[in-house]
Amino acid sequence: MFNKATTTINKSLAALFLAALSSKSFAAWDDINMTEGVTAISKEVFGLHMLIFWICVAIGIVVFGVMFYSMFAFTKKKNPNPSTFHENTKVELAWTIVPFLILVLMAIPASNTLTKIYDDTAGDINIQVIGYQWKWEYRYLEDNIGFFSNLSTDQDEIDNNTPKGEHYLEEVDEPVIIPVGKKIRFLITANDVIHSWWMPDFAIKQDAIPGFINTAWTIVDKPGTYRGKCTELCGKNHGFMPIVVKVVPQDEYDIWVATKQEEALKMAELTEKTWSAEELVQRGEGIYQKNCVACHQSNGAGIVGIFPALAGSDIVLNDKARHLEILMEGVQGAAMASYANQLSEVDMAAVITYTRRSWGNAENGDGKIVVPTDIVEYKNLKLKEEEI
Amino acid sequence: MSAVIESHDHDDHHHGPAEGLTRWLYTTNHKDIGTLYLWFSFAMFLIGGAMAMVIRAELFQPGMQIVEPEFYNQMLTLHGLIMVFGAVMPAFVGLANWLIPMMVGAPDMALPRMNNLSFWILPVAFFILLSSLFMEGGAPNFGWTFYAPLSTTYAPPSVTFFIFSVHIMGASSIMGSINVIVTIMNMRAPGMTLMKMPLFVWSWLITAYLLIAVMPVLAGAVTMMLMDIHFGTSFFNAAGGGDPVLFQHIFWFFGHPEVYIMILPAFGITSHIIETFSRKQLFGHTSMVWAMTSIAILSFVVWAHHMFTVGLPLAAELFFMWATMLIAVPTGVKVFNWVTTMFKGSITYETPMLFAIAFVVLFTIGGFSGLMLAITPADFQYHDTYFVVAHFHYVLVPGAIFSIMAAVYYWIPKWTGNMYDERLGRLHFWLSFIGVNVTFFPQHWIGLAGMPRRVPDYALQFADWNMVSSVGAFLFGASQILFLFIVIKTVMGGKKASPEVWEGARGLEWTVDSPAPYHTFSTPPKVS
Amino acid sequence: MNKGRKKTIILLSFAVLVMWNFSWALIPLYDAFCEVTGLNGKVTQSSSAESSMTAEGREIGLQFISHNNAGMPWVFKPSQRALKIKTGALHEATFYAKNTTNKTMIGRAVNSIAPSNAKNYVKKIECFCFEEGIELKPGEEIYLPIKMVVDNELPKEIKNIVLSYTIFDSNIKHNLIMDHDSNHEMEPSL
Repeated sequence: MFNKATTTINKSLAALFLAALSSKSFAAWDDINMTEGVTAISKEVFGLHMLIFWICVAIGIVVFGVMFYSMFAFTKKKNPNPSTFHENTKVELAWTIVPFLILVLMAIPASNTLTKIYDDTAGDINIQVIGYQWKWEYRYLEDNIGFFSNLSTDQDEIDNNTPKGEHYLEEVDEPVIIPVGKKIRFLITANDVIHSWWMPDFAIKQDAIPGFINTAWTIVDKPGTYRGKCTELCGKNHGFMPIVVKVVPQDEYDIWVATKQEEALKMAELTEKTWSAEELVQRGEGIYQKNCVACHQSNGAGIVGIFPALAGSDIVLNDKARHLEILMEGVQGAAMASYANQLSEVDMAAVITYTRRSWGNAENGDGKIVVPTDIVEYKNLKLKEEEI
Repeated sequence: MSAVIESHDHDDHHHGPAEGLTRWLYTTNHKDIGTLYLWFSFAMFLIGGAMAMVIRAELFQPGMQIVEPEFYNQMLTLHGLIMVFGAVMPAFVGLANWLIPMMVGAPDMALPRMNNLSFWILPVAFFILLSSLFMEGGAPNFGWTFYAPLSTTYAPPSVTFFIFSVHIMGASSIMGSINVIVTIMNMRAPGMTLMKMPLFVWSWLITAYLLIAVMPVLAGAVTMMLMDIHFGTSFFNAAGGGDPVLFQHIFWFFGHPEVYIMILPAFGITSHIIETFSRKQLFGHTSMVWAMTSIAILSFVVWAHHMFTVGLPLAAELFFMWATMLIAVPTGVKVFNWVTTMFKGSITYETPMLFAIAFVVLFTIGGFSGLMLAITPADFQYHDTYFVVAHFHYVLVPGAIFSIMAAVYYWIPKWTGNMYDERLGRLHFWLSFIGVNVTFFPQHWIGLAGMPRRVPDYALQFADWNMVSSVGAFLFGASQILFLFIVIKTVMGGKKASPEVWEGARGLEWTVDSPAPYHTFSTPPKVS
Repeated sequence: MNKGRKKTIILLSFAVLVMWNFSWALIPLYDAFCEVTGLNGKVTQSSSAESSMTAEGREIGLQFISHNNAGMPWVFKPSQRALKIKTGALHEATFYAKNTTNKTMIGRAVNSIAPSNAKNYVKKIECFCFEEGIELKPGEEIYLPIKMVVDNELPKEIKNIVLSYTIFDSNIKHNLIMDHDSNHEMEPSL
């Protein structure tokens, strides 16, 4: 009876394995091994990984070889009279010293590579990397540009309502752009809890710790798009804050920097211009999708008991002052962060207006909108109760 | 000889166990308490296992199908806490209780009433922990390693109950360890020198010392957390002058010896079983004792290998890399000794031996991935990925858990007087063996290929092997129901077992009847 | 119970107490270890700064970066983001901070340095990051001082130092779902 059971089990497992074997991804070595990466360091790290791996395989073959041989040659049937030897100091010394020497041999290249990785003296380009719940912010120190980088995969794909794109969970709205061949130094920290910035293709992983800076550096010789992940449990969307770095030729990088600097200047202009409610709502929707949907949901209903609903909320309907205050300062003791430093004045006004005008809130509430200059004035504390 | 034993001889109502359910509540008998620990750990194993099934079900395919990310984080946290503190550790304590007094020729543990207390506070602790699932904000969701500030400033209200629960578990372990050490050091039968002690007893002596050294440190860490959360201190809060990395140092100072606490008794069990079923004396007994001792001592100076990416200075990273690599040496010595015991032995493959052999092979594979993890620059690519998950599941599941199953099959005839069903036992073995490898081997690959740990969803290139891993997990999980069936069946009846049970089994426990009488060695045996 | 057992029990219980105390001792030990070895990258107040103010040495780059931790809405930025200074000479810098809320708040700044081995050569005589709390009333703004000197012995390969300051709200409360201010009418249970 149990023979039949094991045969059935064996057959089904074999079928499963064959199915896996025939699927495309199985054929790719990339899917079961570490990447070699695109930097000198990443290749050294890959080399170390393979060296240690093969040494382990060799030791395994020897040890398991003796064991499996014993299992077949020394069954009770074949060897009814077991030997009686049970100690040998020479042998014990030998198999203590030889492994120790093998380890020393492994430690030397490992220590060399580690020392190289620790060279954080300077970079041609210094980028401050800040981990947030649940996105990354990048600030280029020399060029004085900065932006947030959010997961750009649609919630519908995650919820299995639409098919998943090629770079499911590995795509962002604003990738990090760096030039080929230059030394880039990353200054990594966090805004709230501990995160971790991992770029497998550069063999960089450093924890992002609130209050402290960890450094990492890279020089990438090969242009391309490289994808990484957050690798420290940081709360609910830990699995949904990827990293994308695009390595481009120097001239492309220069153009991108100039564009970003122009955008920053334009943003100042945008803050001053007169906005209509419709314009704000339209802009605000995109910002809401990026920053608010995870907790407050697309329909503004939140999650009962955990994240408040915005649809029909008293504050969103009738209390513009408090609404502004919450977005600008967060809620103490709760998950709602201050967005004052994450959103420009324009974006802040847009997303607040969007929530005040959506899901029936326009009809049911005072419908008051918030314009960018309101935010500027809030920051300058010129807002008085009457004006609200 | 002690006054206590003599008065037992004259005491009328110690001929057998008490009647009724309160027997279990008030018992001070090491065999009863051993049984309680073992059943408790089995129940926890199934509960923690159910949580693993939820995790693997969500990871069966990319996308979120079954649970929300918040709940998923609660599952992975509780799964870890329950398996470490509810399944593995209590199982080893249960084995210690059943076996140590018999193996050293003592009538019971040194402090029988404290022994009862040590057990009974555990269900209380786990009731508190599990009930947090129903609290506002949900159960702890910050991983079983509960790093600050995720576990302090950003934790749900249930964190306070989690801390309370950990304190209780710690108290249980500390009391249990005191009991074990006093029993071993003070109650061995005359003639049993330390070097004549069986290796399971040695393994527990060392484990108990480790527990005494590190459980108070865990208690300190969670107390600091409690103070940060409720009393306005800033041990781990940079805003107040503290440091989140300090938490990691304190936690792992406990955490690393903890993983050796979870494997040393397994080493002891394996030595007993391989010796018996090879019908050949264990090779290198003295060496094995030294190996376990060195592993225990070294375990105190490697903790930061869990922290290679927090920004430690180069000198520290080098030190911890070398020290961690060094632990491979005594561990390797043990594996070589087991293999040499089998070499030119006279081997049969009953279920305990199957599990013990699988332990040696699969634990060694876990050891290899551990060695790879020790190499710091490579660890930058492995840390916090499924490669680590594969590593520790290999050493804990086909490692610690297999050794516990091996021990159950090996000693259950002594405990119950009945042989387990050999065919069912082998079936359980093969299903578990296949299940465990199909579940965890592919996890090495998906970790190397770039999948982080503690995530409820993943990019498409990880889909195929995640599906395979989940299928393996379902198989492994289902197989443990068979194990439950086998154990219950054996308790209820089976072929009668002789005192010796296994041909060539050595040790004092095999000189008493099967089932072992309620009180054994009321008069100490003479050991030559 | 016999003497041997009693003795073992007492010794073991004592060991438990020792290890409990050890875990608390780890806090000052950790700080002391970090200060001596410079491991956590925090520059502390220097008493030996005078001895570093010798002859002017070489020119190095200095960059100041700032970050507001979650829930800290002040304006907080360096007055100068990047500059060139000489080692061996006293240098003064400031950070601008403004409380843009309508509540009095207490902030605290934590500093960090890169590269980490520069830590022992950066001597700070005065730094707002040494203060336990910086109190600002609603709307109040302030220039926070830093006085420092970089020792001439700074290793040659270090040509650029980044000083980072993260500002925190000293009053962050804990616990996600409890403790909300009942004046604020939020939807259920925040």
